[in-house]
Amino acid sequence: MKTPLSSILLVIFASFIGSFGAVFLKAGADKLERNLMRLLLNWRLAAGIFFYLTSFVIYTIAIRNGELTILYPMVSMGYLWTLLWARLIFHEPFTRSKFAGIGLILTGVVILNLGNR
Amino acid sequence: MSVDTETVSTLTTKRNQTKANLMVGGCTVLGAAAQMLIKRGLLHLPPAPGGGAGLEAWLVFLLGVVTNLPLFLGLSCYGLSTGLLVLALRYGELSVLYPIIALTYVWVSILSVVLLGETTNPFKIAGLIVIVAGVAVLGRTGPKAKG
Repeated sequence: MKTPLSSILLVIFASFIGSFGAVFLKAGADKLERNLMRLLLNWRLAAGIFFYLTSFVIYTIAIRNGELTILYPMVSMGYLWTLLWARLIFHEPFTRSKFAGIGLILTGVVILNLGNR
Repeated sequence: MSVDTETVSTLTTKRNQTKANLMVGGCTVLGAAAQMLIKRGLLHLPPAPGGGAGLEAWLVFLLGVVTNLPLFLGLSCYGLSTGLLVLALRYGELSVLYPIIALTYVWVSILSVVLLGETTNPFKIAGLIVIVAGVAVLGRTGPKAKG
């Protein structure tokens, strides 16, 4: 069974939305305190969880049609977005390892696509 | 005295790393189980109502989603896996944990073939290996990298 392109694009979109979950969780974690009330009022953590859940719903819709052997490894595209936000928002340095890792992931996704038939 | 403290701290670090490795290993198993449960749950889901469907049709569909046990269990495994990962990341070195995390892709692919009857081919296997290698490389601590 060939996995439709729409499912592949939806999985990549879900990984994109999920990367914002990581950004808000990180922003929220930086302001973490040992106080339950403050924890509940930490809107950044709430936003992070919201993005993760939204990403989950989109992913679920995406995998209704198509194979997990194709779609699940494509979730790794999330690393690309997350590293991008880490650089732009948290000013974390790009390293050779990160470049190499992202290069390999993108290559892997392309090879995987060739096996979609 | 300072030597003793150092030995103790090295031991603690090692023990924490082992603990983190086991936790992340658990994450990969939970994560793979989540994928199987979600996919299984989706098979039992009624088709979504079309654009012209009334409120009642949507409510029935929504009830089907909320009461879908495999889907619920899958989401629970997924949540547990994420929570466990966040905890594990505090104890261990990312360079060791990332290659373990990447194993989830391997479990899901194997289980998809065995349990879901999906087919595989050389491109799928090669793509998977390259992606796993990519995730493993991501965690390597470069000369200037931290975390």
